[in-house]
Amino acid sequence: MAEEFLRIDKLVKTFGGNQVVKGVDLSFNKGEFVSLLGPSGCGKTTILRMIAGFERPDSGRILVEGKDISGLAPNQRKIGMVFQAYALFPNMNVADNIGFGLKIAGMPKPQREARIEEMLQLIGLSGYGKRYPFELSGGQQQRVALARALAPSPRMLLLDEPLSALDAKIRVSLREQIRQIQRELGITTVFVTHDQEEALSISDRIVVLNTGNVEQFGQPFEIYNRPQTRFVATFVGTLNTLNATVADAGAKTVTLGGTTVTIPALPASARNGEAVALTMRPEAVSLANGATRDIVLDGKVAEVSFLGSVIRLKVDLGDNAVNLDTFNDQRTPPPAHGAPVRIGIASSDVLVLER
Amino acid sequence: MKPAKLWSWIIFAFGAAYFIVPLLATFEFSLRIRREGYTFDAYTSVFSDGRFQASFSYSLLIGVCAIIVGLLIVVPAAYYVRLRAPHLRPIIEFITLLPLVIPAIILVFGYIRMYNTSSALPLLGTNLGTDILLTLAYVALALPYMYRAVDTGLRTIDVQTLTEAANILGANQATIIAKVIFPNIIVAVLSGAFLTLAIVIGEFTIASLLNRQVFGVYMQNVGANRAFEPAALAVISFVITWGAMGMIQLLARFAPKTARRD
Repeated sequence: MAEEFLRIDKLVKTFGGNQVVKGVDLSFNKGEFVSLLGPSGCGKTTILRMIAGFERPDSGRILVEGKDISGLAPNQRKIGMVFQAYALFPNMNVADNIGFGLKIAGMPKPQREARIEEMLQLIGLSGYGKRYPFELSGGQQQRVALARALAPSPRMLLLDEPLSALDAKIRVSLREQIRQIQRELGITTVFVTHDQEEALSISDRIVVLNTGNVEQFGQPFEIYNRPQTRFVATFVGTLNTLNATVADAGAKTVTLGGTTVTIPALPASARNGEAVALTMRPEAVSLANGATRDIVLDGKVAEVSFLGSVIRLKVDLGDNAVNLDTFNDQRTPPPAHGAPVRIGIASSDVLVLER
Repeated sequence: MKPAKLWSWIIFAFGAAYFIVPLLATFEFSLRIRREGYTFDAYTSVFSDGRFQASFSYSLLIGVCAIIVGLLIVVPAAYYVRLRAPHLRPIIEFITLLPLVIPAIILVFGYIRMYNTSSALPLLGTNLGTDILLTLAYVALALPYMYRAVDTGLRTIDVQTLTEAANILGANQATIIAKVIFPNIIVAVLSGAFLTLAIVIGEFTIASLLNRQVFGVYMQNVGANRAFEPAALAVISFVITWGAMGMIQLLARFAPKTARRD
């Protein structure tokens, strides 16, 4: 069983009468990379700032390796943090920035210089020690900020949307580098982001937050494929919603576009005649493949979006519309706008949400 | 040349002449101490006067003390207001403007009444006490300029994030101000310092009523008894003030540059 490292216990925080964190309970394992994912105002940054010590919880506890750190000042917590705005000290060069925490800790100069060099190598910026922050690109500055946070060997690393200020290409390469360094060091990391793709690609586990509550906490695969709430289903990834009516609740059948189909995920609480929303990811819908899927529907192509390796089609089904993704095949051009198509859906891929 | 551009130059020349002509006239007058032609004798006379050296050194010393005390008060106060109490900014700004509204003579009469030899804190009873009082008076006098200079400097950096970044790396508040905040607003701080110095060098009212022989008082004495030396002193005073302003411009070139975002 994985060793618990950080425990957040019934954490509550209110700003000016507005409760932004509502009794959150979480437990992170040692060496784990966990993302706090949610829209603006969901409380993710507030939770991170409470872990760092910049905000004091109204109630609840934060325990690191079983010890309550809620009462400690930020400079006593031995936590490293990387900020969205880099926050490098403009008056110091790269080496001095990285060595700042080491100097504060009273590390002798020879060891400090060795550690700075080690950190520069870790982030791939050897030879940049004498440069000033304004001489670096955004990506380089954020790598220096990462090295500065890691230099004093903190017991935990907090990342507050560190990639948001960077352009798309650098964002992807830097997130891979962050993940690689985190794995190398085995440091427990909490990463705040509002970008679901970022969270899904980088994390061991994801906490999906909404209006101060935890909606779901699990591995990216679970979060994406088995969303437990409507919010998670709609916030993470693209979701198709088909309106249907329960035909026979006992037999788990619904009427969809004039045909009756069996939906294994239909909840036991469903009643005959009740309207339900059947949801599925675009990749769960396939084209001209009705034979291998148990739900087959006919429609017309409403939109064709060529996305490079993938082609996204919007198919009009009369009462409903569905998006589907299909791989780009050089030998088979995508169907034309208005062309009749037959789509197939595996009923085991369908989730049922309340309407 | 386009008419609009020509007019711009005419207005500029007129404005420049308004400032430069009286200065040139004063300078020209300061050179006419001898009938036979222009000489720098008035300047030689001023520089060789022991009272000039004493009063100028004293003003400089009090000025430096006022700068140090002012910075020790203003930098942490402006920093704290920006970081923790931004809602107090209008109140603090109003307080720092008071020295511009309340004449120096009111301030000094208040001091004399509060700190005379029969008061609970008889600072005026000793030379050191009077020097301290004069320094504090100059701190108050320079407060509007010092606060604004420091506050402008703080506005150019992300005070909160830099503070948090240093804090989580283990630094305490004093270290953060000394190692992170202060070096990044040094140019603004020096602007405030030179403005303070310029004010102190020319100040007369407070020093005169506290019976301190500062440069301003010396200038007034010389002006009352001599003809050409006051003009030389006025030119010297302008050179010092402009020197201070030039230093501000020069130091701005060495400002720590902010991070490039790309």
